[in-house]
Amino acid sequence: MSPAMLLTLPIAVPLAAAIAAFFVGRAGGPQAARWVSVAGSAALLVVSLALMAEVWAVGPIAAQMGGWAAPFGITLVADVLGAVMVVITGLSGLAVALYAVADIDPARSRLGWHPLYMVLLAGVSGAFLTGDLFNLYVWFEVMLIASFCLLVLGGDREQLDGGLRYVFLNLVATVMFLSAVGLLYGLTGTLNMADLHVALKQVDSPALVTTIAILFVGAFGIKSAVFPLFFWLPASYHTPPVAVSAIFAALLTKVGVYALIRMFTLVFTQDVDYTHGLLLVIAGLTMVTGVLGAAAQTQMRKILSFHIISQIGYMVMGLALYTPLALLGAVFYLVHHIIVKANLFLVSGVAKRMTGSFELERIGGLYRAKPWLAVLFLIPALSLAGIPPLSGFWAKLVLVRASLEVESWLIAATALVVGLLTVFSMSKIWVEAFWKPHPDGDAAVTVTAPTRLETVMLVTPIVLLAAVTVIIGVVPQPFLDLAARSAAELMAPEAYVRTVLGAAP
Amino acid sequence: MDVLLALLAGLLTAAAVWLLLDRSLVRVLFGLALLGNAANLVIFSAGRLTAGAPPIVPVGAEAPLETVANALPQALILTAIVISFGLFAFALALVHRAHKDLGTADIDALHDAEPSPHADPHHSTPETGR
Repeated sequence: MSPAMLLTLPIAVPLAAAIAAFFVGRAGGPQAARWVSVAGSAALLVVSLALMAEVWAVGPIAAQMGGWAAPFGITLVADVLGAVMVVITGLSGLAVALYAVADIDPARSRLGWHPLYMVLLAGVSGAFLTGDLFNLYVWFEVMLIASFCLLVLGGDREQLDGGLRYVFLNLVATVMFLSAVGLLYGLTGTLNMADLHVALKQVDSPALVTTIAILFVGAFGIKSAVFPLFFWLPASYHTPPVAVSAIFAALLTKVGVYALIRMFTLVFTQDVDYTHGLLLVIAGLTMVTGVLGAAAQTQMRKILSFHIISQIGYMVMGLALYTPLALLGAVFYLVHHIIVKANLFLVSGVAKRMTGSFELERIGGLYRAKPWLAVLFLIPALSLAGIPPLSGFWAKLVLVRASLEVESWLIAATALVVGLLTVFSMSKIWVEAFWKPHPDGDAAVTVTAPTRLETVMLVTPIVLLAAVTVIIGVVPQPFLDLAARSAAELMAPEAYVRTVLGAAP
Repeated sequence: MDVLLALLAGLLTAAAVWLLLDRSLVRVLFGLALLGNAANLVIFSAGRLTAGAPPIVPVGAEAPLETVANALPQALILTAIVISFGLFAFALALVHRAHKDLGTADIDALHDAEPSPHADPHHSTPETGR
């Protein structure tokens, strides 16, 4: 396939599936649409793997939309990082689509849950593949409006309340992003990210560049929920259906992290001491506040929401250290985190179905009732905490080694202590939900779902994601190679720039 | 003119921040609308203000013959206006629905997603408990 085809398909496939889901939902009843979103996300996974194979074989690929040469037209571009992110979007998208078959009730399906879900995936893929800053803004908006609708669809009181906080804070972030884009355009006259890399070298006003860079930190910081801008996340992520929580937890904040990584390796590398130094402080504080916030919670999904924040800190830490090994760690961590986090939310959903609540004090007895579920919880939980031989261990190991290499003792210590506190949170869920007896007696623990099909649909994605976690943990080398190549590309973006701009300097 | 626009953008941002800090959700909405307009003005003035002709290349020419206005910021702003209009409409509908279902548009009175101990009827406060 041509590069243009490979680059447009990961966006076009979910968009086409969204349209198909809408019409199938109209014609065949709302419950028919759920199979369209399963098929759509499976197709997304296939085309993204094809893209990944091509990028791995020939290096970064780019396509100019509408035939307008860069930097004037909109460029779609994929390097290893972009391709990996799209693959992981396809994988987590497929897992959550399977789960949603049983999780999303007919009422929400009728309101258009499945088309919106596909639009969300299209927005996320678009954000990972675009090479143009304003286009990135547009994809952010596509993703945001779909996430707004998914978050409040159904209109429970909790959902509306959480939705308000989510919507307003994300809209502020959006406007900040837009202003930063405008100022950067005023300074350089271009919005193509590869062209910005070249153009900013000729701009001789470091103070202005740094100011704009910090505006981007603010905008993407709200999106990726770093300290002290994360308050919208724990206020909203526990309110919608589990399938929505899971896909939000997996992808949305990670788009923010991806944007940070892209901007602060490709565009803003003029004053690394200041910008990346600031990011390192943010990373440390994000890790600590996230994990402490989780320790104070007693509701499963709230604990997991706070852990998203603390984990974001690790990824930002990898970016902030700005060495090949640290970026390798950041990319590896992104992949590991998306899989593990989506899985933990899915497990919490199954646990809620069987015990009747997310509140830890009101549930229990899961280990005795369903030992297999306990195993399926332990795999992602221990991986999140960084216990060998699971994926999280390698992710944390690489990051800590990278920080020791540049003698950042404080951040290395923080990362290790936060890992320990993560074990504390996970063992809290383990003890309360799985180990202790159910307060209403063990008979209160019911079956997973009323029908056999629904049970299979709820458990399959959990097994799938747990298997991926174990595979990454046991044979980490191919994944480390992938992350290493991505880190090398990020540290030396010349190939990326050449691919986008063609023969022009 | 640039200075005037910059001051206007600053003024709009300041007013927007003031409104965003309000407890009433309706005022927060207005704050968002103002903030969006401030951002649009920033893009407009960052694109350099040129009092030129429309950027149309005459038939047969390779480039415009005289000074023309920069079309790109206008295209960006147009896109941004359309998007922010859609998002604003969504936020407005959400606030309306929240007001209808939750019975208030005061952000401090909303406790459904994050119940605080003070709002919980099962816990009596020291004053009323005695």
